[in-house]
Amino acid sequence: MAEEQNKKPCRFWIWASASVVFRLILISFPGNLNLSSRPEVSTPLTSIRRLAEGYWLKQASMSPYAGSMYHGSPLLLSILGPLTVQSIKGQPSHLLCSLVFVIADILSAMLLRGIGQKLQMAYGLNARLLGFLKSSRDKVILPCGDIAALVYLWNPFTIVSCVGLSTSPIENLAVVLALFGAVTRRVPLAAFGFVMATHLSLYPATLAIPIIIILGYGLDAPPIKLFLQTRSVENEKSSTSTVSKQAKSKQTTHLPFLWKTVAHFLFWVLLWSLYVLVLCALSLNKYGGLEEMFKRTYGFILSIEDLSPNIGVFWYFFAEVFDFFRNFFLIVFHVNVLFMLLPLVIRLKHRPCFLAFVYLAISSILKSYPSVGDSALYLSLWALFVNELIDMKFSFFLFCGYLGISLLSPVMHNLWIWRGTGNANFYFGNAIGYACFQIVFVVESVSAMLNHDRALRRSSSNHGEVKS
Amino acid sequence: MACLVRSWIPLLFLQSFLVAIAFGSNEGEEFSEELLLKPLPDRKVLAHFHFENRAPPSNSHGRNHHLFPKAISQLVQKFRVKEMELSFTQGRWNHEHWGGFDPLSSMNAKPVGVELWAVFDVPQSQVDISWKNLTHALSGLFCASINFLESSTSYAAPTWGFGTNSDKLRYGSLPREAVCTENLTPWLKLLPCRDKDGISALMNRPSVYRGFYHSQRLHLSTVESGQEGLGSGIVLEQTLTVVIQPETTSVETNMQPSWSLSSLFGRKVVGSCVLAKSSNVYLQLEGRLGHESKNVDTEIEAHKLWMNSDFDLSLKPDRVIRESSSLLFIFDIDKSSDSEPFDLGLTWKLPSKWSCEQAPLHASRFLMGSGNERGAIAILLKATESQEKLSGRNLTTDGRCTIKANIFQIFPWYIKVYYHTLQIFVDQQQKTDSEVLKKINVSPSTDKVSSGMLEMMLELPCEVKSAAISIEYDKGFLHIDEYPPDANQGFDIPSALISFPSHHASLDFQEELSKSPLLSSFKEKSLVRSYTEVLLVPLTTPDFSMPYNVITITCTIFALYFGSLLNVLRRRIGEEERFLKSQAGKKRGGLKQLLSRLTAKIRGRPIEAPSSESPAAESSFLSSKLIFKIILVAGAAAAWQYFSTDK
Repeated sequence: MAEEQNKKPCRFWIWASASVVFRLILISFPGNLNLSSRPEVSTPLTSIRRLAEGYWLKQASMSPYAGSMYHGSPLLLSILGPLTVQSIKGQPSHLLCSLVFVIADILSAMLLRGIGQKLQMAYGLNARLLGFLKSSRDKVILPCGDIAALVYLWNPFTIVSCVGLSTSPIENLAVVLALFGAVTRRVPLAAFGFVMATHLSLYPATLAIPIIIILGYGLDAPPIKLFLQTRSVENEKSSTSTVSKQAKSKQTTHLPFLWKTVAHFLFWVLLWSLYVLVLCALSLNKYGGLEEMFKRTYGFILSIEDLSPNIGVFWYFFAEVFDFFRNFFLIVFHVNVLFMLLPLVIRLKHRPCFLAFVYLAISSILKSYPSVGDSALYLSLWALFVNELIDMKFSFFLFCGYLGISLLSPVMHNLWIWRGTGNANFYFGNAIGYACFQIVFVVESVSAMLNHDRALRRSSSNHGEVKS
Repeated sequence: MACLVRSWIPLLFLQSFLVAIAFGSNEGEEFSEELLLKPLPDRKVLAHFHFENRAPPSNSHGRNHHLFPKAISQLVQKFRVKEMELSFTQGRWNHEHWGGFDPLSSMNAKPVGVELWAVFDVPQSQVDISWKNLTHALSGLFCASINFLESSTSYAAPTWGFGTNSDKLRYGSLPREAVCTENLTPWLKLLPCRDKDGISALMNRPSVYRGFYHSQRLHLSTVESGQEGLGSGIVLEQTLTVVIQPETTSVETNMQPSWSLSSLFGRKVVGSCVLAKSSNVYLQLEGRLGHESKNVDTEIEAHKLWMNSDFDLSLKPDRVIRESSSLLFIFDIDKSSDSEPFDLGLTWKLPSKWSCEQAPLHASRFLMGSGNERGAIAILLKATESQEKLSGRNLTTDGRCTIKANIFQIFPWYIKVYYHTLQIFVDQQQKTDSEVLKKINVSPSTDKVSSGMLEMMLELPCEVKSAAISIEYDKGFLHIDEYPPDANQGFDIPSALISFPSHHASLDFQEELSKSPLLSSFKEKSLVRSYTEVLLVPLTTPDFSMPYNVITITCTIFALYFGSLLNVLRRRIGEEERFLKSQAGKKRGGLKQLLSRLTAKIRGRPIEAPSSESPAAESSFLSSKLIFKIILVAGAAAAWQYFSTDK
């Protein structure tokens, strides 16, 4: 057993380093294998070409947002901008940028591993508390951290968006950083990750809810009722002190909400966002300031001005829809992201990390400019819950769906754009298929998680009955 | 012969003076008509009609004009136009054969379609408004869709790349505009004699539009009087440049075709426009000086010039003027009449070859890349023969000989240019920006708001063989309403303008001329400029028949997402439901009771639980709640209405 324990991390490191080497090999090819211009990889928000254009404009003492090219953060511009123009002799021109993205990927994977280890420990603890682990020794807890990290590192979507020079690895890193900080209860880190993620791509703002729940109530656990049931069973079994029984049950019906930590988190969020805004204001001092930035980044995301094709469905919808209804549909589609927040938090408040996964998946479906980098993030977060989601339905079907879509998408794009033998409906059909598979994936994950909780409840009540 | 000419000239003056008096143009409105004919090296003939109408400064607004078109003067007064040029062109000027370094080509070689630029005399903030109004006025005046230039996506404000340094300059062009007689007729209406009399009577529509190139141009500029209280005078210059292939019967291929006015236009001039101060016809022959005699002072020499072994002119020129490289024969058409129409003819006797002077660099522009996603625009500047002659002229301070070239280019917003990909190659070697790029001014395009503009000043070494500039772009994706009816034809990128700021074209006549507006405009130094080709960029199109399908399918996907996720979230397993039901049965709060009663009412079933309250009280309670709700909704609606109408 101990040997196996030692072996596994060893194998993990081999695979992780292999993925890094694979990335390094890919980025040393000239021209990024033409991945940087794929619509699936680089959206108007994440394209490095647009970032380089923004940097050029800024160097020419113009606003980086002049023209409709750059829509990212001014901070990213000052970090990545200089790297886009510098190149080492004899190497591909974007090598330095690629290295940054590889490092971001490695960091994200390590943080995911850290989150996974915490979740694994919590899972083991809860299982022992509920008394499953003692009875069924054959059920082994999977090392979900390692799995998630490897899923992240070896996911073709991640590799493609890392090698294809889109800035989504950095956005993903910020999101993972926020979750890691929350899980390990490093409040300033969580706040920093949250603020950066929101600053970079707006949609992670929904993560405020799961992070506050993690900080307030603690990590993912089975519903609180289960503990009550098991405890009451145990208490009935060994009813030595009736006084303490009363006290205990009262204590556990309401889990304490750690207001102090949450307030701490909010304070840090305020501090970091002030810091970020001041930095942005400084870098955009001469070019319209923050107002211009919000108009060109968040405004661009919300108003869906760019109709160039991507793997989402909005581009074609807004290219076709009558102008009269444009604002109506904009509101409807954006509100759809927010509509589901409340029902989900009611049902899944005991599993905040899973809630974070669901929020990220939903926002990546309903994003204005989605890319495969977003899918890479939620797929690896999904792998954190392999223990709970082992009974998920349609997993093979979904796997085939994702595979098929990612193979068909370049084909359809080629037929439409390059060959001219197909039309826009080919690519849009593909995007619809992708959206459907993602929806089924999210729905099935949520349903599997709820079923898991139900199964836990049933088994614990059976357990109790058997014991009594 | 010469005596005859001399006796004619005072007569001519007398006549024009009489005309001036007769029409009361003591205010000094002047009109002159001129025609320049020029055989081109590639067996074609260029005819350049030039009409100039001057209205002197006057202090009265809304005065009567005698000759000057009222529409134009109102235009100038209303929109405070300082200078304006409008051109309608069909065909492409052949810079290699038709010349690129003479005033004629630098002023009249225009881009295909409509080109309009104007300088205004209004405060900076009102320039755009004036421009918009001007485009609409001109659109009505010339029966053309110039009003499309109104939208900010189609015009630009060049700072220095256009050659005129003014911050009140606006420039726009419509490459797609078809030019035809419907544009020529209103243009002719501005002439005092229309096309009924004088030189303009030659403008036979079929022969004009049969040509290889025709460009009608209207240039107006205001002349400040300098005196207090006086308004500004207006100079209206109307030109029509036509390149026609004369019909030839000769089989000899190296022989230049012989032609006459009647064979070119199918008409003859039967006298000048009586309102014109001067009406002259010029014939310019290029490259005929080297072997001709050095001094032409004597009559015999002059006679030799127009009837020699090479060619014959059918009429005797009134004057002959020599320029550094060409001969200019001047004919006065006043003496022609119905019985003796003016029909100038040129008959070649010997094969003759010459070449036109060319611009220092020949510019062409093309697209690179395939597919509908991205591409690159390249501008190629190639050295011409005339370069050797020019080299040595333009020495910079450090003794290097350089050619300066300004490039001015407008990009429509759907051509999303990446300015950081600008690459410059000189003689097939990539150069860094600092080596050749002296100045650059970029104004990037904003989606659906404004067009992009690129102004560059290159400083190339004189011995350069070729220089290429390439810049990459992404193709935009448009909303279905933004596509023109023939969406699959593609979109036109307006011509780029290449000008050479250190080169000026002028004809330096050795002798002082009479007051011929055409020749004096040729004598002025004009900037050498050439326009490149119009590029056709195909853009991808969405499926135009699909809007309803796309809306329904996308909304279905949203319904799928919303419905299935909500269904999963609210689903409970049977035992839980039973438990909840039993719980609900045991203790039912007031609100829950109310709810169950409401649902029962809606379903039309009797209330299950016995109610303690009286039905009357219940109904009144319900109705008050209902009324409250209705008031709430109505209030919300009123507030909404108020705020929405407020905006």
